[in-house]
Amino acid sequence: MTANINQPAIAVRGLRKQYGDKVVLDGIDLSVAQGKIFSLLGPNGAGKTTIVRILSTLIRADAGDIRVAGHDLVREPDAVRAAIGVTGQFSAVDKLLTGEENLLLMADLHHLDRRVGRRRAAELLERFDLVEAGGKPASTYSGGMQRRLDLAMTLLGSPQVIFLDEPTTGLDPRSRRDVWQLIRELVAGGVTIFLTTQYLDEADHLADRIALLDQGRLVAEGTPEELKRQIPGGHVNLRFTDAAELDLAARTLAATSRDDEALVLQVPHDGGVHSLRALLARLDDASIEVEELTLHTPDLDDVFLALTEKKMEAVR
Amino acid sequence: MSTMSLALRDSTTMVRRRIKHMRRYPSLTLQLVGLPVVFLLLFVYVFGGTLGNGLGSGPGGRSEYVAYVTPGIILMAMATVAMGTAVSVSMDMMEGIVARFKTMAIARVSVLTGHVVAAMLQTFFAVVVVVAVAFAIGFRSDANVVEWFAAAGVLAMFAFALTWLTVAMGLAAKTIDSASNMPQPLVFLPLLGSGFVPTDSMPAGLRWFADYQPFTPVIETLRGLLLGTGIGANGIGAVAWSAGIALIGYLWARKLYNRQA
Repeated sequence: MTANINQPAIAVRGLRKQYGDKVVLDGIDLSVAQGKIFSLLGPNGAGKTTIVRILSTLIRADAGDIRVAGHDLVREPDAVRAAIGVTGQFSAVDKLLTGEENLLLMADLHHLDRRVGRRRAAELLERFDLVEAGGKPASTYSGGMQRRLDLAMTLLGSPQVIFLDEPTTGLDPRSRRDVWQLIRELVAGGVTIFLTTQYLDEADHLADRIALLDQGRLVAEGTPEELKRQIPGGHVNLRFTDAAELDLAARTLAATSRDDEALVLQVPHDGGVHSLRALLARLDDASIEVEELTLHTPDLDDVFLALTEKKMEAVR
Repeated sequence: MSTMSLALRDSTTMVRRRIKHMRRYPSLTLQLVGLPVVFLLLFVYVFGGTLGNGLGSGPGGRSEYVAYVTPGIILMAMATVAMGTAVSVSMDMMEGIVARFKTMAIARVSVLTGHVVAAMLQTFFAVVVVVAVAFAIGFRSDANVVEWFAAAGVLAMFAFALTWLTVAMGLAAKTIDSASNMPQPLVFLPLLGSGFVPTDSMPAGLRWFADYQPFTPVIETLRGLLLGTGIGANGIGAVAWSAGIALIGYLWARKLYNRQA
């Protein structure tokens, strides 16, 4: 039943979903290779959770051809369910049960042999640092502990494809790092991860490929590097001691923006040493005194803002 | 594994889950069982002397009223537990765990059957407690073993019906508050039927309602089996109401559980 290695873990064509008159997903196409981390990035309300809910068989799409782990979502929902694991943004643990009971519940529902189930549960409690808390009701757990238990429950069934819907939202920085580390370990073990996030650095750190979702459409897709290359976001910030210097520099250089309050001038720049030397030479020639220079290389923030802003302007 | 044995296995897992909940937090169960016991004591010791004299048959007084009111209180206990079921279901649906269940390859109905079977066990417990208290304060039955079993069967049928109905209410409720309000009328139906006084003592309009509502035939059948009064058409009525309510409750619950946002 293992899917062909060349086949994508998730293949979506023409996915549409609307609630009443409101179009939530407007023709999504995407493909996720096996054993990779795919990150869906977008602001709140972009439709990220709706996509996860559709791909994990919780809700039905209005249109679209969707295959997960090689199975058609509409025709074989149970085969899809058997291959996936889901950890959402709201904890999916039984708060009235203890951590261990939650894991044993999952073992029973995956129809594992009792002894195997106990062993798996013990392993996961150990791996997620929940051995001590294992006997306490999940309602007493901190946010980070509940998220860890949630992930452990998702892993108990050894899924091939894991959906993580904003897995680090609301976590403290340390728990966040732990979750990142875990995601990397999972992928090393051959699992495919579909990750949604609103944190650009999270996608940048983890994802092999990123898709940007904005108002129900994918506005860009590629590796983090490809996306950063798409926009000329690199620039140099020059700060001056007084307005006269700022004026002089603005006349000398092709500035993209200037801030008279902070006495800062922004000049486009490709990040290369050669062009930086040239820029400094021109400032020297004009005898302009620069108080401070900072270099800004494009990051996903620039990509995201550029792509969503473009759209806003088109609307106006 | 066949679909059927899979459904059975998953349902058993879900029943165990619900029983763990009840054992860990017994206060809700105790509250649900406590209310009918308080009503039983209240009606027998406070109103029983006077009400018993008004029954117009037998020796009258408190001892006769214990016998008369016990079937009514049993039905009240069932309605109270059913109310608790709606609340438990609604609380459960607000937890993320149910969304997880829906993304797993398990028998879909098992979450609901888990609730239904656990609620039936809770009902059984409540009825046993009420009957035990009733015996302790003077209730006596001349029923033989077959009649006791028949009585248990009638109660099980009606409990099954009320449970599915309140499971559906719990699913329909948007908040825990509305889940506890929706089934509230059920607790009052034994009072507005033949549970506490004979319906022929009521004014015409109320009497008509009391005679034709579902609790009355169940109470009368129970009285017939435990106390030897006439059952007549009430037996058929009890079965018909149970079957009808169970079917409506089941279909409603299934539709709500499978609805897709």
